[in-house]
Amino acid sequence: MTTIHLPLATLSGPGANPIDDVRQMLALHFMVNAFRAGAVVAVLGAVIGWFMVLRRQSFVGHTLAVVSFPGAAAALWLGVSVTSGYFAGSIAAALVIALVPRSPSGRAGSQESAVIGTVQAFALATGALFVSLYGGFLDSITGLLFGSFLGVSDGQVVTLAVVAVVVLATMAALARPLFFATVDREVASARGVPERALSVTFLLVLGCTAAEVSQITGSLLVFALLVMPAAAAQQLTARPVLGLCVAVALGLAVVWLSLGVAFYSTWPVGFFVSSFGFAAYLAAAGARWAGARWRGGVRSAPVFTVGVTGP
Amino acid sequence: MTATFFIFAHPFLESAFGAGTAIALVSGLVGYVVVLRGQVFAGDALSHVAFTGALAALAFGVDLRVGLYGGCVAFALLLAALGRRGGADDTVIGSMFAWVLGLGALFLSLFTTSSSGTGGSGGTTGVNVLFGSILGLSGGQALADAVVSLAVGAVLVAVARPLVFASLDPAVAVSRGVPVRALSYGFFVLLGVTAGVATQAVGALLLLGLLAAPAGAAQRLTARPFRALWLSAAIAVGSMWVGLTVTYLVPTVPPSFGILGVATSVYLGTFVWSGLARRRSDRPHPAHAVMWPA
Repeated sequence: MTTIHLPLATLSGPGANPIDDVRQMLALHFMVNAFRAGAVVAVLGAVIGWFMVLRRQSFVGHTLAVVSFPGAAAALWLGVSVTSGYFAGSIAAALVIALVPRSPSGRAGSQESAVIGTVQAFALATGALFVSLYGGFLDSITGLLFGSFLGVSDGQVVTLAVVAVVVLATMAALARPLFFATVDREVASARGVPERALSVTFLLVLGCTAAEVSQITGSLLVFALLVMPAAAAQQLTARPVLGLCVAVALGLAVVWLSLGVAFYSTWPVGFFVSSFGFAAYLAAAGARWAGARWRGGVRSAPVFTVGVTGP
Repeated sequence: MTATFFIFAHPFLESAFGAGTAIALVSGLVGYVVVLRGQVFAGDALSHVAFTGALAALAFGVDLRVGLYGGCVAFALLLAALGRRGGADDTVIGSMFAWVLGLGALFLSLFTTSSSGTGGSGGTTGVNVLFGSILGLSGGQALADAVVSLAVGAVLVAVARPLVFASLDPAVAVSRGVPVRALSYGFFVLLGVTAGVATQAVGALLLLGLLAAPAGAAQRLTARPFRALWLSAAIAVGSMWVGLTVTYLVPTVPPSFGILGVATSVYLGTFVWSGLARRRSDRPHPAHAVMWPA
């Protein structure tokens, strides 16, 4: 199956009839692939991101996302597939972070966050080294960092889908004990829930997810798809299943809308993904605030009161 | 002994070493307090805001540093204001900086397309903001960076005692009359300016390493706050010197990788060192005893 390359300039802009516009977009094979890959990535990012937000592991998630960049840069330099580079980078970093002992109180200790920060910066510096060794086009660097949806091949869509199914299956097996261990750590460990093994497995799941999402949004903007739909969903509901559904719906809406708008725009797709995601988050926070106001402030926060209450 | 004085052989190396020393010193000092206060994620957020600020300035055709310092200080104040109610939630910080970074991607694309018609250095400048270009500093820029860094360092040292007190035990500090809230705002401003100045040395994406690695290493080597503060600064400055020297000797190594490689190795070394020390005696490491009471 070959990708149809039409000069984008010959297409008309968005017209009066949105159905025609969509039909015009979907006539292009690369846009169909972009929508497919975007859907896979949005679902995966929203589900895993929901648990990441619940566990207050945004910093780790961001680091795992960013370290896929040196993996991809190394893959470019060595001439192997960029997809495998993304996965190698994120999984290696997840293992390094898992080695660090966690403080017994359960919140990220200052030592742990110093390690995460160092892993992130060093990984990015390694990425800069590989880019300098590769000496290639600058476009490929900014593509790795900020994403591109134009070159998604059929094979990549299949790879993304297979990995997503494996990750989601692992997450399904993990979900109940992980939720328990996150919401009530002490009781869970007293009941014999293997907290340590769970958190290491979750780190690996998060690493794979970050690597998947990187391929569409670029290493730097993965975080938009991981954190924003999930954070918006947790503003709206505290119920796990409903929250996951809301997060997935928001993620899909954000990605598809962004791809659609970016198709007709000269601005980068990452800008639209992060802007629409942030708008969804602000709207959810606003809705919660208005709801609390309307009910007279009796129920102010449906969000879980677990984990961190920082100094 | 001319080899020892290779620094002074090229003006660009002189600038790099001069500005680099001051920037590393202030990053080590500020970084220690960042780690102590558990605000590494805020540093991460600021490093990405630095990129957006610089690219916004370039896209609108003003001096890069206006956007850099303006963006960082404004975002730092925002974080401080959000943090007033029981610590800024990392989900809120994350959502905000992911969006700011998306704006950065937009400004990069605007700047690249606007400058590619007239010579096309936009992409290079964007990558320089991300990964640093300490060897490209002019004499005037280096002097300005050094002055800003030393001023921030001096302010930090002046308020170090109450700041460390307020970071370690905010409740007791409030009861003793320490202005905890003012210190928090003030420290965020210092952090913002540090992020701005460090971006010019090691780049927006890597300044987090200069903040976190020397501080983490120092914290593992000693449990005493003020000794750790200065040790962190010393490790940062040492990493800068060794890293720049390595870059000079091996030109394929980008300077940012040299500097962060040394800092990361030192941090890794402290883990190996305390592992060996624990094997030699059963007595727990002093830093361990404080960090993780078993």
